[in-house]
Amino acid sequence: MARVLTNNRAGVFCVWLFVSINLVNSNNGRRASDGLEAEFNGLSVPLEHSFELDDVAKFQLRGSLMLKTGREPSVSLNQNQLSEEDRTKLKEVAAVDGLYRIRVPRVFLQADKQTEWQTEGHLTAFVRACAMVESHLSDVITLHTDVSGYLIGVSIVTLPGACRGIEVEDEVDLEVFNTTLSIMAPVNAPGPETALFIQRMEQEFEKKGKNPQEQKSFFAKYWYLILGGAIFLMVSNSAQPPAGGGREQS
Amino acid sequence: MAAICLKVKEKTEVTTTYFLFLRKRSQTAAAMAKLILLLLKCILFCGTVYAVFEDQVGKFDWRQQYVGKVRFCHFDGHMQSSKKVLLATESNVFAALNTRTGEVLWRHVDKTGPEGNIDAFLQNGQDSVLVVGNGRVLRSWETNIGGLNWEVVLDSGSFQSTCLVGQQGTVKNVAVLKKTAISLHYLSNGHQKWIENLPDSDTVDYQTVYSGGNGEVYVLGVVPHSHIAVVAFSVDDGEILKQSSVEAPWLSSIPESCQIVDQEMLICVDSTTMSLYTLDLTLQLQMNQIPLQSLELEVDPDFRPSLVSHQPNPAKQPLSEFFLQLGPDRYVLLQFNSGQIVMLRDFKPALLVSFATTGEKTVAAVMSPKNKTVSIVFNVLYYVAPATQASTINLYNAETGRRLLDTTLIFTMDPNGGKPERLNIQAFLKKDDSVGYRVMVQTKDHALTFIQQPGRVLWTREEALSDVLTMEMVDLPLTGTQAELEGEFGKKTDGLMSMVFKRLSSQLILLQAWIAHLWKLFYDARKPRSQVKSDISMENLSRDEFNLQKMMVMVTASGKLFGIDSKTGGILWKHYLENIPSNAGFKLMVQRTTAHFPHPPQCTLLIKDKDTGLASLHVFNPIFGKMSHVTPPALPQPILQSLMLPFMDQDYAKVLLLIDDQYKVSAFPSTKYVLQQLQEMAPTIFFFLVDSSQGRLSGYRLRTDLSTEQIWEVILPTEIQKIVSVKGKRPNEHVHSQGRVMGDRSVLYKYLNPNLLAVVTESTDLHQERSFVGIMLIDGVTGRIIHEAVQRKARGPVHVVHSENWVVYEYWSTKSRRNEFSVIELYEGMELYNSTAFSSLDRPLVPQVLQQSYIFPSSISTMEATLTEKGITSRHLLRIVSLPKMFLDPRRPEMASEQSREENLIPYAPELMIRTEWFINYNQTISRVRGIYTAPSGLESTCLVVAYGLDIYHTRVYPSKQFDVLKDDYDYMLISSVLLALFFATMISKRLAEVKLLNRAWR
Repeated sequence: MARVLTNNRAGVFCVWLFVSINLVNSNNGRRASDGLEAEFNGLSVPLEHSFELDDVAKFQLRGSLMLKTGREPSVSLNQNQLSEEDRTKLKEVAAVDGLYRIRVPRVFLQADKQTEWQTEGHLTAFVRACAMVESHLSDVITLHTDVSGYLIGVSIVTLPGACRGIEVEDEVDLEVFNTTLSIMAPVNAPGPETALFIQRMEQEFEKKGKNPQEQKSFFAKYWYLILGGAIFLMVSNSAQPPAGGGREQS
Repeated sequence: MAAICLKVKEKTEVTTTYFLFLRKRSQTAAAMAKLILLLLKCILFCGTVYAVFEDQVGKFDWRQQYVGKVRFCHFDGHMQSSKKVLLATESNVFAALNTRTGEVLWRHVDKTGPEGNIDAFLQNGQDSVLVVGNGRVLRSWETNIGGLNWEVVLDSGSFQSTCLVGQQGTVKNVAVLKKTAISLHYLSNGHQKWIENLPDSDTVDYQTVYSGGNGEVYVLGVVPHSHIAVVAFSVDDGEILKQSSVEAPWLSSIPESCQIVDQEMLICVDSTTMSLYTLDLTLQLQMNQIPLQSLELEVDPDFRPSLVSHQPNPAKQPLSEFFLQLGPDRYVLLQFNSGQIVMLRDFKPALLVSFATTGEKTVAAVMSPKNKTVSIVFNVLYYVAPATQASTINLYNAETGRRLLDTTLIFTMDPNGGKPERLNIQAFLKKDDSVGYRVMVQTKDHALTFIQQPGRVLWTREEALSDVLTMEMVDLPLTGTQAELEGEFGKKTDGLMSMVFKRLSSQLILLQAWIAHLWKLFYDARKPRSQVKSDISMENLSRDEFNLQKMMVMVTASGKLFGIDSKTGGILWKHYLENIPSNAGFKLMVQRTTAHFPHPPQCTLLIKDKDTGLASLHVFNPIFGKMSHVTPPALPQPILQSLMLPFMDQDYAKVLLLIDDQYKVSAFPSTKYVLQQLQEMAPTIFFFLVDSSQGRLSGYRLRTDLSTEQIWEVILPTEIQKIVSVKGKRPNEHVHSQGRVMGDRSVLYKYLNPNLLAVVTESTDLHQERSFVGIMLIDGVTGRIIHEAVQRKARGPVHVVHSENWVVYEYWSTKSRRNEFSVIELYEGMELYNSTAFSSLDRPLVPQVLQQSYIFPSSISTMEATLTEKGITSRHLLRIVSLPKMFLDPRRPEMASEQSREENLIPYAPELMIRTEWFINYNQTISRVRGIYTAPSGLESTCLVVAYGLDIYHTRVYPSKQFDVLKDDYDYMLISSVLLALFFATMISKRLAEVKLLNRAWR
């Protein structure tokens, strides 16, 4: 299953961890990446896709992901248009409810050397081909890394995500990918917030200290209840001597 | 009036005494001042409590205590009338049982694992000496009340053997042999008398220590396939008196093939040369070979012969008689007589033998199958289910081999149990000085049966239940009459007349049942209350009104299955599966519930060998324990994953899919209808596999030809973190509300994805600064990572509960050195994406994730969510805590605002206090809880909880209090008398009004 990567043109990378999301919207990937490539020496990995009538995966190059490191890690996508042939195939696959799969190679974004960032295997994900067609190739691809910068998963969803059986008439709609791309690192889960709680407790304590009304004694506060209860009991006791009748059920 | 007052008082006690969970109900009217106070408190506190009243103890809950598989067993023999049997078990438990009832008198549970392992158990008078933890600790227990006499920590070194050392008829010391040293301790206080290093301990493997009560301690060692080394120490000062080595090239292990009989005479048996060897330890000249042929004995082919000897008193020499086992069912009783071996008696067939001593008399007990020929015929006839097999136990005079009269005892083997493994004889002298005895038979299924002559079973303990691996709760079936009615509607109509007859006949049956019930009530009413027992048997097994009584199907590590009534804890059926591999993993699935009369309910147990992955299926009826007539498919390939599909075949059995290591799928049941259905549904059946060794999570889709294709893959590098658990949701859970109403009356919708998996990882780096616990929420269908978080400076063991829209996990914080809880909740937001159905393939939006953490003041071994609605049940070391989910809510605000008060949110506090009334098992300690099982009942308020481990505990919990049940002490008298009074008052006033009207009309 695991295949050795075929593509390696890369530089040195380091992803700043725990910056959660960085979005790069590439309507036309080519233009966006042209500008970027001039600025940084990025790691580029292939993004491949596959959609076949018999559902046997046959991955072809869809574009290349430009992964950038630094203070603001980002990812951008440089992708090709769908050819005439591919468009008809995609529509055919959508008609039989086939799958549209993508895959990216596993990479390690923190390696110092170029040879180290590659690890064996690919990460794959899929959407239904019909969702791809009906959304006019508008997809959201998210790359997930782990704490140390390994790419661990990729996910793809389309917007809208549903297959309603709408015919896509215009071939032009299926030409250009409208991809929203993001890279996500794990967020730090919060620990128990003791500091704030203590602060709040102190505030409350201070408030209480200022209010002398709260400092009354027990009897001073509830004298009326005690009196009422006493009277009530005296009345009930004198009215009827305590009998065991009520006890038997319990 | 008085009655009302008293009620109030009861209530107040409940609400005020927060720190007592056993509350006494008030017995008498208290003094007035006290009442005032209580009344006051009643007004002040209006919080409610879940704890039980004192008189409710044991009403809804029961506990069963177990000890585990018995390793050593001694009858307390220092007194003739003793009723105790002392057991040391493989579960590291040392316990005493009452021999009359089989109940646990006292029990000591040591640490799990090799640290608490009981290596040896010696009994002397009232004292029990145990060697624990591979010779780490020597302990002495007082057997009457189970108190500890003393405990000493021994020098390091792996434990070999131990024995009691006596002198001049009294036992004063205990010798402990380790790999390199021997030490002698006083029995009275455990102090070490002396310790000596063993000579040449680097070459000689010392294995046995022995003392015959003559002032010497012999240590026997072996150099495999070369010679025996014998060292004699003086008991007084540890001086080496004698030391020699004797040629024995055939010997590899002394305890396995040698025994000491008579006066320091070592007897060994060797299967290759077919001979007995004798060696006089006092002279230590050479081994004396006696071929078995000279005794006209022959060993069964491929059988390793062994010896059984007996030393009645450690201060005296052993018997000169001993047993030699020649085959799986053949023993001979031999006697060593002045250098010669004489055969006393040949026992064939004999399954088990044992010696027992009472007073000065020693007897040999032999168990032999009764009427062997008949049982063979039975075995041929009913090969699958052999008929009940009986064995007889007889006593023989150990010195002569003569059978003692009137000592026959018949042991009837349970057809659903294992074969007998060991005999433990409790012999006693009768008034006429003859020997009487009782016997405790240990069987392969870890059961203990205590039998009295002539075969009366006094008690049976199912110690297999101390090791429950998995369980399910199954609804009980309807009664015969209810089922009859149900069946009437289930069948196809055959015409008007027959329907009328059917209806009449079922009505008649109902009438008959009702009359029988009335008669029974009348009959029982005359008996005194204590005699009326609500015993549950197979016949009257039926569902109760609220479905609170269920059948608990338990699978134990020994391979024995149990059906237990959840109301009383009584075992209703048991079934022993033989040939279960020792490392088997079990998965129990309910394929068909009791709801599909007349089809019987059906459970399937998947037994998987963890090493090879090969699996087999056992299909049975969970109510009666009988094996189903449905033949399970043979599984030649190792099985990777099994999953139960929600759709059923035409017989209402859910379809079980098994995925083998070729990623091929097989279905059970695999009828044509099922296969056709599968083909139709194939594109919608997804499953996932987890390979934690490679950190790989992969998703597959079923194809129409029942092969599979991989559709997604997530790989976690194993050098950073390893997957420790993957938790999905329980398929039978119901979500009671789609969203939460906020303070401003808007609704926050929950993200309820049934395919969501919680994947928990732990870092491989265990340094306390760098270790972390990772939690990942993945959609099991699409492989989409919904949320990914790391808890820094945290370590496992992590316990996870995943239900509804929340995940709760518990971990150890290495920075603060405490247990912490964290809760993640997922919300879709203020509006639902698609409110009609949930599909993982069509949820493009990422849910909102809320998370909060808390400090938990105790460690946890198991957590489980209750199955009705809210409340997560977690577990404290010994007690079980029911923790309301309300306290684990990431929306708990920092500061209480008006809106959050409206929502009933509790202001955030970092520490979760354990309130004592959250302990659902009050003061009933439950040892070593391994798992908690929760099941819903017919009452929405009630959830059944079973905790299993060494003990089994069952109770009911009410996460939202008993809102749909009247209280136990509900005052029916008061309410009905008030109603009646009101009724009569209206009648009278109506009459009076009429009279008045009439009078006015006349005026």
